[in-house]
Amino acid sequence: MAQENDIVRRAERLTAEYIGCIDDDALERWPQFFTEDGMYRIVSRENYARGMPASFFYCQGQGMMHDRILALRRANIYEPHVYRHMVSGTRLRHEEPGGWRLTTNFHVVRTMHTGEIVVFATGCFEDMLVEREGALLFREKTVICDSSRIDTLLVIPL
Amino acid sequence: MQAMPQPTATDFSLQWPALGVCRVPYQVFTDTALYNAEQARIFRGEVWNWVGLEAETPHPGDFKTQRIGDTPVIMVRDAQGAMQVFVNRCAHRGALLCVEQRGHTKQFTCVYHNWSFDLQGRLRGVAFRHGIRNQGGLPSDFDFAAHGLQRLRVEVLHGLVFATFSPHVAPLATWLGPRMTAHFARIFHRPVRILGSYSQFMHNNWKLYMENVKDTYHASILHLFLTTFGVNRLSMEGGLDISPDGGHHVSWSKRASEQLAGTEYTQKTMHAMQDDMQLADPRIVQMWPEFEDGVTTAIQGIFPNLVVQQIQNSLALRLMIPQGVDACELHWLLFGYEDDTPEQTDIRLLQSNLVGPAGLVSMEDGMIGNWIQRTIAQDADQTAVLEMGGREVTTQGSRVSEASVRGFWQAYRTMMDV
Repeated sequence: MAQENDIVRRAERLTAEYIGCIDDDALERWPQFFTEDGMYRIVSRENYARGMPASFFYCQGQGMMHDRILALRRANIYEPHVYRHMVSGTRLRHEEPGGWRLTTNFHVVRTMHTGEIVVFATGCFEDMLVEREGALLFREKTVICDSSRIDTLLVIPL
Repeated sequence: MQAMPQPTATDFSLQWPALGVCRVPYQVFTDTALYNAEQARIFRGEVWNWVGLEAETPHPGDFKTQRIGDTPVIMVRDAQGAMQVFVNRCAHRGALLCVEQRGHTKQFTCVYHNWSFDLQGRLRGVAFRHGIRNQGGLPSDFDFAAHGLQRLRVEVLHGLVFATFSPHVAPLATWLGPRMTAHFARIFHRPVRILGSYSQFMHNNWKLYMENVKDTYHASILHLFLTTFGVNRLSMEGGLDISPDGGHHVSWSKRASEQLAGTEYTQKTMHAMQDDMQLADPRIVQMWPEFEDGVTTAIQGIFPNLVVQQIQNSLALRLMIPQGVDACELHWLLFGYEDDTPEQTDIRLLQSNLVGPAGLVSMEDGMIGNWIQRTIAQDADQTAVLEMGGREVTTQGSRVSEASVRGFWQAYRTMMDV
């Protein structure tokens, strides 16, 4: 139990840093939360539940994550906006060789440069965490959005 | 099947500019009366509406719900295996009959008063039909056969299910024409595997998106990623094939054919080319040559609101559903083929990063229509200009053209009688 509490607390601290990185627009650091071959994807709850593999956003490895941020900075066109993540309910699903699987609820509010504020996404992170040189990293992060519908566009990772 | 009452011309008032389809009055994107007339004259008029893929409902009793314009419908495979499409409304008091997005059933039963309908839409059961102890219930001469669900005409072509409210519109293949049916045959040449679905909500009139998807001129200018990484540039060999009525089109290009030198792309005058950008992991733009014709990007628009997409190995159907005069929702259905290898499926999934609401080459389309919608509210009498590639609606060898956008408006004007 003590060990379980310890991993949950460590995962919560990692998630706090992770969402801070995104919400503070320090996106160049975002790939560093993952192992080099880490997998990141954003899916709808419906596709996930039906076993459908299509994602909104799918990166295999830090290189693709880096490319997403490069595109966000230099290629994609969108109106300036920021996210604010609220997370809760981190729990350990199970421990497996080499890592831990945890789930955390999230809620993301999007504020446009015009001042318009909307709830952009809610759902959960399904994470696979591993320890590298004493630090936790995401080997997998599946962002499961409760809604299958995205308002306007999704350019900043969740 | 009954013809819908057609609104008369007095339901809205629109004077199309004398220059014809090379001008588009902004009123078409802002007028609620026109929007209502579109429901009757287009979506319930002389068109075939795509509703789904047969592969979505493989077994008798499998159904999905969808909308044709503003009208909710159910697509279901009946006991004989035939595809049926009904208005999703109980024939008793009008309640939504089926609220699930998809599922499997033996019959459709309305929760309000338990009226039930079989998979061909026939009324089969009415709760307390005979009343209780000879009190209440339906009159003895009540005609069950006259109170079935409103059933649409349905045709299936290469696994695509289309439905129409019109008893008059030509058979589907005739209505589409040979060029469009040939493109269906090209994409849907073997059984598909559905990879998933999602949608993108846009704050603009539905026709602004259809203009966008038919606009081969914008694609490699607005979408910097497309251009910078050579997925599609106007300097590649390509073309724009338009159906005779203007309503349907296929635009296509061949990645291997490019002659960049001497175009505006290399003259640093365009924001679209960023020569110094390199992908750390180019797998998301790496493709395998899948079609023998060498075409690497093909976008097909079917009037009024369907898009068949091949962007490299990313295949999708997109259906544009209006949500009132100033909003709409684009439904995406991503697919591959049943016999794809796991490696091929993975390539399709990686390339799906290019498309959808988070698509590296398509996300901007979710926004650009709203940039128009915002500026025109008070200037309904002003017009957009569509003169790239001339003022006519003809098949073109160049995609530096707005011909298929003009084609859309040509078909629209015919159907709306404006």
